[in-house]
Amino acid sequence: MRDTSVLQRLLLQDKPGKILLGCLCGLVVLVPIFNLLVPADSFFHVPTYVVTLLGKYLCFAILALALDLIWGYCGILSLGQGAFFALGGYAMGMYLMRQIGDRGVYGNANLPDFMVFLNWQELPWYWTGFDHFGFAVLMAVLVPGVLAFVFGWLAFRSRVTGVYLSIITQALTYALMLAFFRNDMGFGGNNGLTDFKEILGCDLQSSTTRVVLFVVTVITLALSYFLCKYITISKLGRVLVSIRDAESRTRFMGYRVEHYKLLVFVISAVLAGIAGALYVPQIGIINPSEFNPLNSIEIVIWVAIGGRGTLYGAVLGALLVNYGKTYFTGGIFAEFWLFILGALFIVTTIYLPRGVVGVADNWLALRRQKRLLLAAAPVEQV
Amino acid sequence: MTQAHSAVKSILYLNGVTKTFDGFKAINNLCLDIRPGELRAIIGPNGAGKTTMMDIITGKTKPDVGEVVFRDSIDLTQHDEADIANLGIGRKFQKPTVIESLSVWENLELALAGKRNVFQTLFFRLTQAQAHRVDEILALIGLPARRDDLARNLSHGQKQWLEIGMLIIQAPQLLLVDEPAAGMTDYETMETAKLLKNISKDHSVVVVEHDMEFIRALDSRVTVLHEGSVLAEGRLDVVQKDQRVIDVYLGR
Ligand SMILES: Nc1ncnc2c1ncn2[C@@H]1O[C@H](COP(=O)(O)OP(=O)(O)OP(=O)(O)O)[C@@H](O)[C@H]1O
Ligand SMILES: [Mg+2]
Repeated sequence: MRDTSVLQRLLLQDKPGKILLGCLCGLVVLVPIFNLLVPADSFFHVPTYVVTLLGKYLCFAILALALDLIWGYCGILSLGQGAFFALGGYAMGMYLMRQIGDRGVYGNANLPDFMVFLNWQELPWYWTGFDHFGFAVLMAVLVPGVLAFVFGWLAFRSRVTGVYLSIITQALTYALMLAFFRNDMGFGGNNGLTDFKEILGCDLQSSTTRVVLFVVTVITLALSYFLCKYITISKLGRVLVSIRDAESRTRFMGYRVEHYKLLVFVISAVLAGIAGALYVPQIGIINPSEFNPLNSIEIVIWVAIGGRGTLYGAVLGALLVNYGKTYFTGGIFAEFWLFILGALFIVTTIYLPRGVVGVADNWLALRRQKRLLLAAAPVEQV
Repeated sequence: MTQAHSAVKSILYLNGVTKTFDGFKAINNLCLDIRPGELRAIIGPNGAGKTTMMDIITGKTKPDVGEVVFRDSIDLTQHDEADIANLGIGRKFQKPTVIESLSVWENLELALAGKRNVFQTLFFRLTQAQAHRVDEILALIGLPARRDDLARNLSHGQKQWLEIGMLIIQAPQLLLVDEPAAGMTDYETMETAKLLKNISKDHSVVVVEHDMEFIRALDSRVTVLHEGSVLAEGRLDVVQKDQRVIDVYLGR
C-alpha cells in the first residue's frame, strides 16, 4: 500500500521525471534494436561506437545527479565528486584486469602486465578478491562510500562549509591523483588499467556486450533518479533545503545538520562510484587523470548549465554539455573547448541562474499566460 | 546538588556568565532567573549583549565562565544547538529567518515537534493529528491564506509571525524571542504582543525588544541589560524611573 503511494508520488506529480523515464525507456528499446537487429549497411543502423558514446553520457548523467543531490538541495559544493567516480572506476578496472588472465603481453596468469614489468613477484594484498565480479561491484560502492563517510564526518562535524569545503574536496581529489600516478601504489601508475578483454566471460568488444552495458547504464540512471527524487520529496529533502537556505536555523529547530549532510554526501559518493564502475568497461580504460580536479569542476558546470536543484536539469546538463564537448573537440574548435565551457558557465551563472531548465520553465509559463489571455478576451480579437 | 522531586523551580538560571570577544566583555557576570511559566521582557541599548545572551543559552556561543542551567539540573554549556532545541528551548532570531524556498506550510511542518533522526525523517509520514496541528498554528499566526506560498514571498511582518509559529509548533518549554516586533507596523506590533501573551499562558517566554509600547503591552517583569550585565529588574514603570536606567538611555 505504502509502496504504491510512494510510487504514485514519485511518478504522478513529476512531469519532467515522466518525460525522462519515457526517454530512457525509448533508449532501452530502440538502441538495442537499431544496433543489433538493423543491418549494418542500413541508414537506420546505430553503430556500436555511438552506443558506447551514449552510455558514456549517461554515466556522466548519473554523476551529475549525484552532485545535484548534495549541491542543488543541500548546498554542499563538492569539487571532488570526480574522485568517487574514479575510485568506482578503478574497482571495476581491477576486476577487468584480473579477467585478462594469461592473455596479457607477458602471458603471466597471476599478475597484470604492469606488475610483471615492475618485477613484482606476487599480487599485492589489496588486489585479492578482485577476481570476483561481485566483490569488485561491492568495492565500487564501498570504497567511495567509506571514504565519503570518513571525509564527511571530519568536515561536517568541524562545520567546514562553503568555499572551505569546496577547497578541501579539491585537495582530496588532487591528492588521490598524485597517489594513483605513483607506480608503487600498484594501480598501474600513469597508464592506469587498460587492455581489458572480458566482463563476466563476455567479450568487451562485441556489440552485444556493449548494448547490455548500455542497457544496464540506462536502468541505473533511472533508479538513481528515483532514489534522488524519493529523497528530495521526503521530509528529509525539505530538511536538506532548509540546511541550504539557513543552516543555523535548521540546527535551532533541533536537526543534527552534520548527520543529514553526511547521509547525502555518502549517497552521492556511492552513486558517483557506481557511475564510474559502469563507465570503465564501456570506455576501456581508467587512469589517474580521472582524478584531475578539472573533471570535478566540469561536473559542477554540467549541473549549473542544466539547472541546479531539479535533478532532471542535472541529467539534461550532463547530456547537453558532453554532446557539445564531443561535437566541438572533434572539429576546428577543439582548442577552444575549455574557453567555450568557461564562457558558458559564466553566462549561465550570471544570466540564467536556474540553467536551461529555468529558461524552459519561464518560456512555458509565458506561453501559458499568453494562451490564458487570448482565451479570456476572444471578443476583442477581430 | 540533588534533583528536587517537586516541580521545577527555575526554568532557566544564569549565574556569573561572562563572554569575552577579543578582550571586549560582551557579557559580564550576568545573572538571570526565569521561573516556569514566566513571561520576561529584556530591554537594553544596542550592544548590551541581549543577542549574545541568547547565543549562550542556545549553545551557539560557549561562555568563558558561568553557569547556564535549564530546568534546575541541565547544564546547557555541555550541549550543542540541536541538543538544546530538542531539550525544549526554541529561539526566534533577531533577523527573521524562515526557510525561503519552502512554502509556509512546509516551514511549519519542518519545525513540527517530532523525531529529528535522519532515517525517521526520510520515511516520515504526516499523521492526521499533525496535519491538524499545522493548520491550527497557521490560523493562530493569521496566515491560512498564504499556506502554499513560498516563505520568500511573505512580507517582513508575516515572516516574523511565521517564525513565531515555527517556534510554537516546535513545542518548546522555553521560548527565546529576539526583537519580534522589529520592522512591524503599530498594528502588527500590538497583534504580536497579544500573540506572545497568549503563548506565555503555557510556555515560559523571554522576549528581547526595543519598542517600549510593545513592552508595556506585554505587562510583564522587565530586565534591563547594560554592558553585559543586569542594570535593573522589576515592573516597567518602576524600572523607567530608575536613575541609572534613564542615564543609560539618555546618555547615548
Ligand atoms: N561573534 C562576535 N564577535 C565579536 N564581537 C561580538 C560577537 N557577537 C557579538 N559581539 C559584540 O558583543 C556586543 C553585544 O552584541 P549583541 O548582539 O549581543 O547586542 P544586542 O544587545 O543584541 O544589540 P542589538 O540591540 O543591537 O541587537 C556588541 O558590541 C557586538 O559587537
Ligand atoms: Mg540583538
